[in-house]
Amino acid sequence: MGLALQIVEIAKASIPAQLADARVQRVNLKVGKMAAVVPESLRFCFEVITRSTALEGAELFIEEVPVVARCRACDHEWTLNGPVFRCPACDGVNVEMISGRELDIVSIEVEKD
Amino acid sequence: MEIKVVRKVLDVNDTMAARNRELFRSKNVFVLNMMSSPGSGKTTTLEKTLALLAPDVRCAVIVGDVCTTNDADRLARSGVPVVQVNTDAFGGDCHLAAHVIEKAAMDLDLDQADLLIVENVGNLVCPAEFDIGEDARAVVLSVTEGEDKPLKYPLMFRVCDAALLNKTDLLPHLDYDKAAALENIRQIHPQMPIFEMSARTGAGLAPWVEWLKDQVKHKIR
Repeated sequence: MGLALQIVEIAKASIPAQLADARVQRVNLKVGKMAAVVPESLRFCFEVITRSTALEGAELFIEEVPVVARCRACDHEWTLNGPVFRCPACDGVNVEMISGRELDIVSIEVEKD
Repeated sequence: MEIKVVRKVLDVNDTMAARNRELFRSKNVFVLNMMSSPGSGKTTTLEKTLALLAPDVRCAVIVGDVCTTNDADRLARSGVPVVQVNTDAFGGDCHLAAHVIEKAAMDLDLDQADLLIVENVGNLVCPAEFDIGEDARAVVLSVTEGEDKPLKYPLMFRVCDAALLNKTDLLPHLDYDKAAALENIRQIHPQMPIFEMSARTGAGLAPWVEWLKDQVKHKIR
């Protein structure tokens, strides 16, 4: 719910002044696969809190970002299919996550008059 | 018409957390964010931990729950300053956000503390996302939960600096596959120390308390 509120706040603040009465049709998000987000719950919260606002009925589009990690020992980079942070190339454990934690609003789409 | 936004959803929280972190640094206090699922024994663990930290480390505690002050009442008996936060005043949030910590910290005399422990709301999902300005994070799980909990909540186990496997005194009565549980944690975070303990009996608590003391010592002078 906290996340949905933030999304709505940012989306509202992003509507340009000259389009103050515009309705938002779609909010585009990037969500990493490791982000602690349950898309169904987020959609539900979003729907509830946007009722009677400029975002009512807007679609919440979620682009999933895969988890990519890099081994600090051998520089190997790979995409994780499960939460196993051990380098498949050298068995190293000093691994950093390059992507997969995203929780970003990319853009909003508003109705043109 | 598409309007570019490109902002982190947690921007506001992250900014607030950075401010908290600065405050805690200026007050020379180490902050531990303790997280877990409900019922893992977080409060009992904290009670016992506080008892072992005194008198070497001066502690203060912020306890988060959706409702009730039961945990704060329990912890207050340890003689440590405790502030209870009920998130129902903040929309019933299932986690403590940075601005909530900022407010709660105002009710504590941080000049008199070396270590501030934040007992987060029992939940393995959202607290992992919300930075509160802490220096270290610990996750408590217990052997009465599934061995695959780490795999179900990988972010929590990835972002933490220590894991506490609690209620080990119950192992003889359970079919819990401890080796599998440990392996699941190690897959996600191979270098993270794991402390096996029973907060009830006190067994295994000492290494965890030593680790924590060490962390505090590294930050404060």
